[in-house]
Amino acid sequence: MKFRARVRVMPRASILDPQGQAVAHALGELGFAGVTAVRVGRTLELELEAASAEAARAGALRMCERLLANPVTEDFALDAVEAQP
Amino acid sequence: MRIAVVRFPGSNCDQDALAAAAASGADAYYVWHRSTDLAGADVVVLPGGFSYGDYLRPGAIARFSPVMRSVAAHAAAGRPLLGICNGFQVLCEAQLLPGALVRNGGLSFVCRPVRLRVETDATPFTARYRVGQELTMPVAHGDGRYVADAATLDALEREDRIVFRYVGGNPNGAMRDIAGITNEGRNVVGLMPHPERASEALLGSSDGAAVFALAAAAAVA
Repeated sequence: MKFRARVRVMPRASILDPQGQAVAHALGELGFAGVTAVRVGRTLELELEAASAEAARAGALRMCERLLANPVTEDFALDAVEAQP
Repeated sequence: MRIAVVRFPGSNCDQDALAAAAASGADAYYVWHRSTDLAGADVVVLPGGFSYGDYLRPGAIARFSPVMRSVAAHAAAGRPLLGICNGFQVLCEAQLLPGALVRNGGLSFVCRPVRLRVETDATPFTARYRVGQELTMPVAHGDGRYVADAATLDALEREDRIVFRYVGGNPNGAMRDIAGITNEGRNVVGLMPHPERASEALLGSSDGAAVFALAAAAAVA
């Protein structure tokens, strides 16, 4: 079966995110009031072949731990594992 | 003294590292990242550059290159291993050194000479320096901000494992001004500045040449 998994990787809150600060500053310059903080991460979409949704999720989790996120600086969330037609 | 310089796709300081190693009198040669044969290396150098285009994170993909299994075995055997700039990033990603290197605090790519202080002479790569000695070497990186949790930083300090610190200005926001560190075994060293680009007076500084002078250091020891 085909699945699509979406992984969200974010810099850990304890680590300064200068990209987020720069974006927050730019939004303020553009007149968007009320933005108190921005953090920049990345989203990865994986297309997977797996026997079940559970297997797809477990596989994606291992990929996150091994490669997709750095355990020292980043947190990840496996947002969705959806079957593809 | 045989010094292997590993080439990844995207390495761009490999020739400079090879030249600096050869100038120290070593038999210096390249090893391609697909190879697992370090050809009897006494010392391995992971050079600077942008391995795999820095895709995902700097060093994140290079650390899974076939050669890295042999590099890890080389390190586990207590043999000297040096990572410069992107090589340092690869060593952290491979967990051969603790912590990580993230986007510079000021966001800009920083390319200029910096002042460093030698914090320990108890590594193969700093044995020819004295503690407290100040050096000038260039940095050239966008992701050179060393970060680690407080317990790791405290352990590095307590165990005399910070090898170089920035002095007179921190170019990237690195925690505790860290420019280079070593592992528990003290045989693996990573640093963001480029000693190979400061290895002869013609380059503006020869302060980095002694990093590569392991043969001479071994003879003294």
